[in-house]
Amino acid sequence: MDPRGLAFLGAGLGAGLALIGAGMGIGRLAASAMEGIARQPQSAGTIQTAMLIAAGLIEGAALFALVICFLLSAK
Amino acid sequence: MSQVVAAAASDASAQAGAGGGAFDVSGLIMHHLTNSNEIEVPFTHLSIPLPRIHIGGFDLSITKHVVMMWIACAILFGLARLAARRASDPVPTGWRNGFEVLIKYLRDEIVRKTIGHDADKYLSYLLTCFFFIWTCGLLGLVPSMSTPTSNIAVTATLAILAFLVIQVAGMVKFGVVGHLKNIVPGGLPLWLYPIMIPVEILGLFTKPFALCIRLFANMTAGHVVILGLISLIFILKSAWVATVSVPFTLFIFVLELLVCFIQAFIFTTLVSTFIGMSVHPAH
Repeated sequence: MDPRGLAFLGAGLGAGLALIGAGMGIGRLAASAMEGIARQPQSAGTIQTAMLIAAGLIEGAALFALVICFLLSAK
Repeated sequence: MSQVVAAAASDASAQAGAGGGAFDVSGLIMHHLTNSNEIEVPFTHLSIPLPRIHIGGFDLSITKHVVMMWIACAILFGLARLAARRASDPVPTGWRNGFEVLIKYLRDEIVRKTIGHDADKYLSYLLTCFFFIWTCGLLGLVPSMSTPTSNIAVTATLAILAFLVIQVAGMVKFGVVGHLKNIVPGGLPLWLYPIMIPVEILGLFTKPFALCIRLFANMTAGHVVILGLISLIFILKSAWVATVSVPFTLFIFVLELLVCFIQAFIFTTLVSTFIGMSVHPAH
C-alpha cells in the first residue's frame, strides 16, 4: 500500500476518533451544566462561565490531535 | 461572506483558465492560511510584494501576518483612545462603556480572583493579551484579511511571553531559588520527589506549549472549515450545492466569531491562573 495513502487514511481516522472523544466529553459537561442551572437558576451566570472555560480546554485537547492529523496529511 | 465566495470563484476561474481541469482545494486553503510575502489588494487580483529583510541570518521580512498584526495594533490603539476620551466623566457612555464592561469583568472575576492582592500589577499585560488575541481573530474573518494568530510563530511568541511573565512573577516575589523550590509542592513523602520534580519541571514547559497549540489550532481549524465548505461548490461543479453549503458556512462563520472570543478569554484566564499559581503557591 502506498505510504502516502496510509498517511491520509491515518489522518482521517485520527481526526474522527478525536472528535468522538471531544464530543462525548463536552456533551457530558453540557449535561451537568444544564442540570446545575436547572437546580439553581440564579447561579446560571457562574455556571455558564465555568462551562465555557471547561469546554475550551477540552476542545484544546481535541485540537492537539487535529494538529497531528494536519501534520500527517501534509506529508 | 459573499467576498469569500467571490474570492474562491475568482481563484477557481484563474486555476481553470491556467490549464488545469480540477479545482485545487488544498492549494486554495494553503494560499489563504499560510503566510506570504505579498499582500493582496482587496477586490482585485493584484498583490503588492512586501519588503524582505534579512538581518544577520534572521529572516525579518515583513509578511502578510506582520501587516495584519500592525493593523490589529492600530485598531486597538484607536479604539482605546476613543474609549478614553472623556475619562473623567462619572458616567461612561459609548465605546468607554463597552470597554469598561469587559475590563471590569476580566479584572474582578478572573484576574483578581486568581492572582489575589497583587493583581493590578499584571492587569495591563493580561488585558493586552485578551484584546490583541480577540482583534487578531476577528481580523481574519474580514474578507481579504488573514488571521495572524493562525500562524504558529505568532502563537508561539505569545506563549513564550506568557512563560516569561509567569516565571518572572514568581522570581520577583520569591527569588530565583525560592521560585524554583515553589514549583514542587511541599510536604510529600521522600520517595515521591524523584517523580514529582521532573513532572513539575516538564509541566512548566507544557502549559505554555498547550496555550500555543490551542490558540493556533482553533484559529486555523475554523478557517479551514469555512474554506472547505465553500470549495465544495467548486469541487462538485454545481450551483445547487450552494443552497446547502452557504448556510452551513454562514453558521460556521458566526461560530468562529464566538470561538475567537472564547479562545482569547481562555488564553487570558489560563495565563492569569498560572501567574496566580506562581505568586501564591498552594501550600
